[in-house]
Amino acid sequence: MVSLKDFHSKTLPTWCKGCGNFAILSAIKMALAERDIAPHEILFVTGVGCGSKLPHYMRSTGFHTLHGRTLAVATGARLANHDLPVMAVHGDGDSFNEGMNHFVQTVRRNVNLVDVVQDNRIYGLTKGQYSPTSEKGKRTPTSPQGSIERPVNPPALAMTLGATFVSRGYSGELQHLAWLIGQALEHPGYALVDVMQPCVTWNRSYAYAFYNDRVYKLQDEEGYDAKDRGAAWEKAQEWGERIPIGIIYQDTSVPSYEEQVPALETGPLVKQPLKTLTAEQVGALRAEITGGRPIPRSEEENRRITEPSRATKAAPPGQPQWPEERGEADPE
Amino acid sequence: MATNEVTVRIGGEAGMGLESSGAGFAKALTGGGLYAFGLPDYYSRIRGGHNFFSIRVSPEPLISHAEPVHLVLALDAETVRRHTDAVVPGGAVVYDEGNGLPEDLERSEAEERGVSFFPIPLTELAEEKGGRAIMRNTVAFGVAAGLMGFDPAYLDRVIRDNFAPKGEKVVDANLRVLEAGVEASREFEEAFPFKMEAVPDAPRRMILNGNEAFAMGALAGGCRFVATYPMTPGSPVLHWFAAHADEYGAVIKHTESEIAAINMAIGAGFQGARAMCPTSGGGFSLMVEALGLAGITEVPVVIYNAQRPGPATGLPTRTEQADLLFMMHASQGEFPRCVLAPGTVEASFRVGWQAFNLAERYQTPTLVMSDHYLAAAYRTVEMDALDFDAVEIDRGELLTKEELDNLEEPYRRYRVTESGVSPRATPGHSNAVWVSTANEHDEFGAVSEDAGNRTAQADKRMRKMEGLRDEVDGPNGWPPALYGPEEADVTFVCWGSTYMPVQEAVDRLNGSQAGRANMLHFTALHPFPSEAEAALERAQRTIVIEGNATGQLETLIRARTGLSVDGSMRKYDGRAFSPEYIVANLDEEV
Repeated sequence: MVSLKDFHSKTLPTWCKGCGNFAILSAIKMALAERDIAPHEILFVTGVGCGSKLPHYMRSTGFHTLHGRTLAVATGARLANHDLPVMAVHGDGDSFNEGMNHFVQTVRRNVNLVDVVQDNRIYGLTKGQYSPTSEKGKRTPTSPQGSIERPVNPPALAMTLGATFVSRGYSGELQHLAWLIGQALEHPGYALVDVMQPCVTWNRSYAYAFYNDRVYKLQDEEGYDAKDRGAAWEKAQEWGERIPIGIIYQDTSVPSYEEQVPALETGPLVKQPLKTLTAEQVGALRAEITGGRPIPRSEEENRRITEPSRATKAAPPGQPQWPEERGEADPE
Repeated sequence: MATNEVTVRIGGEAGMGLESSGAGFAKALTGGGLYAFGLPDYYSRIRGGHNFFSIRVSPEPLISHAEPVHLVLALDAETVRRHTDAVVPGGAVVYDEGNGLPEDLERSEAEERGVSFFPIPLTELAEEKGGRAIMRNTVAFGVAAGLMGFDPAYLDRVIRDNFAPKGEKVVDANLRVLEAGVEASREFEEAFPFKMEAVPDAPRRMILNGNEAFAMGALAGGCRFVATYPMTPGSPVLHWFAAHADEYGAVIKHTESEIAAINMAIGAGFQGARAMCPTSGGGFSLMVEALGLAGITEVPVVIYNAQRPGPATGLPTRTEQADLLFMMHASQGEFPRCVLAPGTVEASFRVGWQAFNLAERYQTPTLVMSDHYLAAAYRTVEMDALDFDAVEIDRGELLTKEELDNLEEPYRRYRVTESGVSPRATPGHSNAVWVSTANEHDEFGAVSEDAGNRTAQADKRMRKMEGLRDEVDGPNGWPPALYGPEEADVTFVCWGSTYMPVQEAVDRLNGSQAGRANMLHFTALHPFPSEAEAALERAQRTIVIEGNATGQLETLIRARTGLSVDGSMRKYDGRAFSPEYIVANLDEEV
């Protein structure tokens, strides 16, 4: 049995006291332990930012990559080994500024991975600049007069891209967040967990007090059905007096990208034996580029070619059956 | 009059199927026991665009294209206008009778030089016999075969192979127009002196371009993950892999950008797949930051840059060798890498599989440089030219499951070793739980800003260059290759695709005067081969020939050996060096 202790790391987080990342770290450990997923049985892929250091703060197998490239690396990792679950963990700047193109493409491809976005609506590590989810008018070192840009709405954006699992969590609701990450792990496709996470140092306007007063759980909403796209679209827009957390939308009927790649039907790429080509394969490759000898035409072919008006029967599709077989061109 | 080589040039507008039919003609010539060198050439768009494809053919092996043209197949008036001057005395221009000759053509001047003009109703025959004007290229090649005395049965075979997927009717129609072309040539057969008969009892041979050779080498070397964004002239490598993906179990990803491509390849490489990104210089520019990620996290990855002239969009369909120093230095910071620039299709194949061994043995990026000339030019080679038997797959210090089972101490992914190579695990084993990071890190992979650790890790990584240098210098490596006599008046120093025209220039010069020239060619550029200095010192007079304006190999030679060279020949007009150009410029210099 995997327990929380299995994820213990000697490396202490460098996060500020009260940072929402602590809850995200705990929630991830709880979700993994509950599902009996050991540290070597899942790959973390992260970008750059305070939160992207997360795999160092737990015992884990991870790849802490470049700013914004988290989902591209994660996609490559999935395509090479789809037996190993992948959890991407990165901030709102990594996800929706530097990495926005990868976000768009990963969602529409439905790559089977969990995408935890540490969404504190500010840049932390680079000291308080506005982020793609900062509200319009936000005053920061790079927007001293107030940001002119309107913020990205991650759940709504994911929905327009055809995301198959759209959810929002909150660092102030640890048990709920652990449950949500667990649900995302079980989803057979791309799963967004956009986590509202207070940055206690740089974004005082979105402190715990702000969220605590507004957050409510979708599972407590009577009659709410996450399969109902219309209802989900409305919930994805809701922001203000009430802010929903939980699974906003889920569709399990869409196959993942990995499931549809022909080369992966027989198993993960990295588990295929890596061998030199067989003599038969070499022969086939050589045959493709070998200059061919003339093939005498049959009388029937000659008739067809010289008398175009004569009605001809449709030929079967595909390559003709020459007397030479593929591979015949292999030298002695 | 018999000659030992003929160059046929077909020209017309984009969309007339010049490259596919030109490549088909070159393949037919190869099937007919001859050697062909087929070079596509695409002008940027002027009045609908003008493209041409030149096929040089000979009963003797060919290493390069050549400038003189014996037969022009002009599918449009523009081709007559542009290429008549290139035709040698005795040569001919076949033009579409329906179009007539352009009014501004100096016909009498050309005829005085001994150039003939053969009117043939190319479009009319295509429409009448085939039902579609697009088949005029097949008519034209039928005419060429007829004029040269080349047995059209070899073209017949290529047409049947190539058009079979389009159905019997398309095959029949093309065969019919081919015959019509051959028939139409009869009238002019005697007026065309350059004959090139098939050699039916010649051994079988292959014809391919550098992109295909590299792709085959990569596949043979175990590459099973190819991610890129299309960019001329590198994208045919992705197309080739896509066409073979299912058969060989390869994952092909046409990504949203080159940035995504390399990051995906690194993700796949981290997991243990042999991954690569074929691209051109612009695409490589986008990959630069991630190149450093592979460097510091020690993930094997192969990048193939088929260069084209820059900066920015530059001349998209043309050739240049101006990315050398960029590729050697791309990305911030310092990390080991290997840069190889094959000069021929044979070398492209060999570098194709070796690149993956080097990337895995040294756990660092291997960069392969080609260019439009090598990537796109088709060349006939012997059946054993691609040495599949030599292919080895060596994954270097990749820990097996058994080795990991028996690991007693905590796994140190970045263990400081003498070679700089740390035994590598891939994710998924309970004894190898670690985090790789783009930050500087300690032996275990933990982020570290400790000064001593930084130096130790940087030194460890850079020590891999010593191993790479041994590879380059070793028996299976790429020491500078000397071609021609040991002693020569002049030594042409070159790298990458320039090998081809320089080799022929050397042969021509020595043909007229023994000991006139030899060639010192570099495939390995980084690390720079140790033998370079001695080889350069042995040369009497060195002339660096390279396809760029600033003399990048020359700069590298100075940096690595402290030697200066005696002269240089540089070209950056988007066109490849030809043997004639090299010989003529040498004479000028003397």
